[in-house]
Amino acid sequence: MKKMIALVLAVMMLVPAFALADNIIKIGVYEPASGDSGAGGKQETLGVQYANFKTPTVTIGDTEYKVELVTADNGSSTDKAPSAAQKLVSENVSVVLGSYGSGVSIAGSDYFKNANIPAIGLTCTNPQVTAGNSHYFRICFLDPFQGTVLANYAKDALGASTVYCLGELGNDYDQGLITYFKQAFEGLGGMVITESFPTGTADFTSYLTNATAYGADVFFCPVSIAYSTQIIQQASAQGLAIAILGGDTLDSNVVADATKGTNVKVVITTFYQEGANEEFDTGFKAWLNENPDMLTNNGGNDVISAVSVMGYDGYYTALAALQAAGSVDGAAVMAALPAVTIDGVSGHIAFDETGDAIRTSAFVKTVNNETGAWEFVTEQSVSGN
Amino acid sequence: MNVWDTVFPYLLSGISVGGQYALIAIGYTMVYGILRLINFAHGDVFMVAGIVMVYIASSGLPIWVCIPLVLLITVFVGFLIERVAYKPLRSAPRMSVMISAIGVSYALQNLVLYVTGGLNKQYPTIPWISDTVVIGPAKTKLVTVITPILVIALVVALVLLINKTKIGMAMRAVSKDFETSQLMGIKINNVISATFIIGSFLAGVGSILYFTNYPTVIQTSGAMPGLKAFVAAVFGGIGSIPGAVIGAFIIGIMENIIKGLDVILFKAGIISGPMGLATFSDAFTFALLIVILIVKPTGLFGEKVTDKV
Repeated sequence: MKKMIALVLAVMMLVPAFALADNIIKIGVYEPASGDSGAGGKQETLGVQYANFKTPTVTIGDTEYKVELVTADNGSSTDKAPSAAQKLVSENVSVVLGSYGSGVSIAGSDYFKNANIPAIGLTCTNPQVTAGNSHYFRICFLDPFQGTVLANYAKDALGASTVYCLGELGNDYDQGLITYFKQAFEGLGGMVITESFPTGTADFTSYLTNATAYGADVFFCPVSIAYSTQIIQQASAQGLAIAILGGDTLDSNVVADATKGTNVKVVITTFYQEGANEEFDTGFKAWLNENPDMLTNNGGNDVISAVSVMGYDGYYTALAALQAAGSVDGAAVMAALPAVTIDGVSGHIAFDETGDAIRTSAFVKTVNNETGAWEFVTEQSVSGN
Repeated sequence: MNVWDTVFPYLLSGISVGGQYALIAIGYTMVYGILRLINFAHGDVFMVAGIVMVYIASSGLPIWVCIPLVLLITVFVGFLIERVAYKPLRSAPRMSVMISAIGVSYALQNLVLYVTGGLNKQYPTIPWISDTVVIGPAKTKLVTVITPILVIALVVALVLLINKTKIGMAMRAVSKDFETSQLMGIKINNVISATFIIGSFLAGVGSILYFTNYPTVIQTSGAMPGLKAFVAAVFGGIGSIPGAVIGAFIIGIMENIIKGLDVILFKAGIISGPMGLATFSDAFTFALLIVILIVKPTGLFGEKVTDKV
């Protein structure tokens, strides 16, 4: 009897070995699926999943591998991030994509580094994600750039002289972007007032009152989606007369829905504007509409979020790196990544010496208050960045 | 702009959020008064009421059906928690019940996490109370004005219930002496259930008011308001209903005044630029708790406990 059990156990242990023999390559998707950034993380993951649906296999050398996505929910929080990163490490993924949110990316970074797994940041814009390491790459623009674009836009297009900035305490993304915005805007001769709110705040009425009382011309809040919808709706109730300016995190149909039917003007900078690539747009929408679960993850409708596009491009960047490396080994992929270039939906992607994508322009979008749709305003670039 | 015009919007926000804390704080204080239990799951009952409203309203029922239904379900949840998680532990050490309460709190949060998938849910717009009104120098939702009035009306009704009715008398007896009142023929379990039902009902009302003002619900939405309501209950003297209400209003107002303190001082010409005081609004709430516990351990209206040796 004991022998039988031993035999059964041995057979069971062999099963995963057989599965491995089937030429599977694992790509880790390190994204928040819950918490304040859950909505954004899910949309970014959708882009990766759609790309995986379109191109489920990759040929490395002469062997065809099936690409398996391994998702890990970092819970939008830096204390849950390590266990999500460790999950991906223990699953032995070849490359990691993510995360939405710079703080969690930084929190997971060392786990990937120690395991020799390269990571490709999709929409984490804080410079610290890639600075001083050789394993973290990124395909989006950076906050010093985005902060400058926003500052220029606030000054030139919105005619602001005083800007009120509000960020979440201890959030690397919010505070980082506000700092760069402040530097740029003060460089342009404007005045900036910054305040922070504690995590978990729901009552923003007093902050909105503050902005008005200071005589600000623009309310800059590059916060998580969850907070931004609260801010927009409370601004609407208070009749906030000034424009709300946000960063790439606000580019979500959830934010657009919250703005619909209000009088609040919301302007953001982002990576992609729907309509720029017809083929991707129609394909992605059709895929969303065929999968009810995916549609729910996209916030209930088929509006394309820029983060999904970045997820899509990130997946192809990873495939290109795997092919360039000619191996599924993490270290080899890491060595191959700096030379990888692709023409993605969001534009041409090539890395500089820090591992950041070379990007020179950002899209400025605003919400149409009647239809609740994102509308293209301008494509803004900054010289010397 | 004079000082009043500057301070008024903050005061208004404070009174409104204070009233919502008060409705939660009553639940804490009543349960404590009777069971000597800090019901940590109470903040989550408040959050569940919010989530239930989101799902019921999305089913397309008219709002005048939704509201009573939400209150009914919230009351049932509160009742069920007591029967399932606290009643079997009636004779267990108080610490066990407290641990059970923490367990229920996490169970509720994770259940909601599972159901919602961790995404923020948009709270439905309730007509009339969501209308924008202009009061003096401030523009706000009507619910801000209704909240304090409703809170006072509910508290008066509650005090009458406790002082004038039979069940109220039983509650008072149980809170004085658990065992003796049992010997006197009071059905302890009914009294405790009634306490939880009243507490959950008020939390349900509170959630409707709160989420109308701040219309996003997520599994952790109940944590902060719950914690602040608990501080309010301790501040006012846990076990005392007027104490909890006054404590909640003070905390709500102080919190919002601190958020605006920079502006107020700036306008008054006391400081020359923003000092970033708004950051400390939450820190203040909890620092207040510590100070109160040191200076007046029983809170503003707390009963003095004399231990007989």
